[in-house]
Amino acid sequence: MVVDRSFVSEETWAKIEDLMGRYPDKRSALLQVLHVVQDEKGYLNYDAIKWIATLFRLPPAEVYSVASFYTMYNLKPVGKYLIQVCTNISCSITGADEIVRFIEKKLGIKVGETTPDGKFTLITVECLGSCGKAPAMMINKDYYEELTPEKVERILESLK
Amino acid sequence: MGEYRLLLANVDKPGSHKLEVYRKAGGYERLRKALFEMKPDEVVEEVKKSGLRGRGGAGFPTGVKWGFVPKTDLPKYLICNADEGEPGTFKDRVIIEKDPHLLLEGIAISAYAIGAHEAFIYIRGEYEYGARILESAIREAEEAGILGDNALGSGYRIKIVVHRGAGAYVCGEETALINSLEGRRGHPRLRPPFPASKGVYQCPTIVNNVETLASVPFIVEKGGDWYASLGTEKSKGTKLFSISGHIKRPGVYELILGTPFDVLLNELAGGVRDGRKLKAVIPGGSSTPMLTAEEVEGMTLDYENIQARGSQLGSGAVIVMDDSTNIVKVVWRLAKFYAHESCGQCTPCREGTRWMVQILDRIVRGEGRMEDLDVLLDFESIMAGNCLCPLGDAALGPLISGITKFRSEFEAQIKSGRCLV
Repeated sequence: MVVDRSFVSEETWAKIEDLMGRYPDKRSALLQVLHVVQDEKGYLNYDAIKWIATLFRLPPAEVYSVASFYTMYNLKPVGKYLIQVCTNISCSITGADEIVRFIEKKLGIKVGETTPDGKFTLITVECLGSCGKAPAMMINKDYYEELTPEKVERILESLK
Repeated sequence: MGEYRLLLANVDKPGSHKLEVYRKAGGYERLRKALFEMKPDEVVEEVKKSGLRGRGGAGFPTGVKWGFVPKTDLPKYLICNADEGEPGTFKDRVIIEKDPHLLLEGIAISAYAIGAHEAFIYIRGEYEYGARILESAIREAEEAGILGDNALGSGYRIKIVVHRGAGAYVCGEETALINSLEGRRGHPRLRPPFPASKGVYQCPTIVNNVETLASVPFIVEKGGDWYASLGTEKSKGTKLFSISGHIKRPGVYELILGTPFDVLLNELAGGVRDGRKLKAVIPGGSSTPMLTAEEVEGMTLDYENIQARGSQLGSGAVIVMDDSTNIVKVVWRLAKFYAHESCGQCTPCREGTRWMVQILDRIVRGEGRMEDLDVLLDFESIMAGNCLCPLGDAALGPLISGITKFRSEFEAQIKSGRCLV
């Protein structure tokens, strides 16, 4: 099957070609390609999975099985800002639960939900490697550390 | 006896991640020495002499591991394990973000030692900033002719590729990491064969932690004997400790192995907060059994001393808990972590971690039964040594130690019937 390059932007296509040339076996680039396609599309729907499968000459089920194994791939739509609060040990003993409750109240959603305007999705995640500056969270790809409810409030308000 | 900065010597310099700054401090001269003055086997020999042990958690002697690479014509690969995911650990991130060229130099020397021309850095997906720093450091080093087809003009080819993970703790286990690098689910492989003989693309592969590889340039520069002169009989050199939890100055501190725990806890990290009392310590990352305040008295930070107290040095991730900590909640939270991260491939781990959580869930909700505690302790006989990879055993670390050492707290929770969540 021929790969329809127009499924992604030219910029993303250039990244994909670069990534696929980096390894002795091109399948090794699968995780990286899932990342860059998700970066463009926001999440990986069935069309994206099928397109990537064609690119790698793999069955879509195989690509889906890989994508669904890793927590960073969104298989469903997420808000413009994906809030990921670490609740693992060092964060939980230094106030992560309070941070989660604060965000839930502030945004009027529970963990796992998206605000009706599609702006914020809130999830909890495992250790982010920020234990020295706990509690910590990521919003999309950025780290926010040494959180307090006041600090979180300022961060959320700065996101338009 | 305080901090001893070997790996962290450069991290506070302005622009420490730049090639120019790194070269001013003598950077890449160790690679030059290895390529021009040493045979690969001589590098392996120095690392064996140094007594360096894997800093990711397992503590296997690095030189011995390298010695397992068979003499064959197959391509050989070096993988730098930068999947830093063990809860409590944040030391590799410092090297990656602040001194990436030290890591690249360590990788290049180690690749030369094992006869590899290609190396991969498998970095956890969340460390996107670190991945970008590494990519630009690799570009700088290639443009300067340090890496590439003709490293430093030696004729030796060294290519380093950054590979981002995507959120899976189990990929820190070396065979799961290899599957993930091949574009598959991160399922650990059955061993043997070990990666040294059949790893990535079925070729000889060595997987070493960031901190391990970043230690190699110093061994080449000053010699294995010098490195081995630091530390204790079985624990050589320096180690990065990530200390977090209820302390005044959390952070990463580099110490000579064998340094008293008291120095780390009180002198460097400032002790527990606000006049509270120390209750428990997880000494080497969440998988290592917790120790009580009494058990850490007089402890020194080395493999053998911590092992004699029933725990492990692990990744050097020290999690400090004061007397405000509810141990039942800690054990429950960590059990949820292992259940979430179990890859689902082998039954004892998949089912064991799930049942652990179900039983702990009801204890935390105030619906526990007294016999639950012995059922939970029984998981040791079901899971220990019966899983494909160390994740199953890791899940037992906090569970068994927590219930055994703080049983009265679990009993009080069950009796009270209080819901903690």
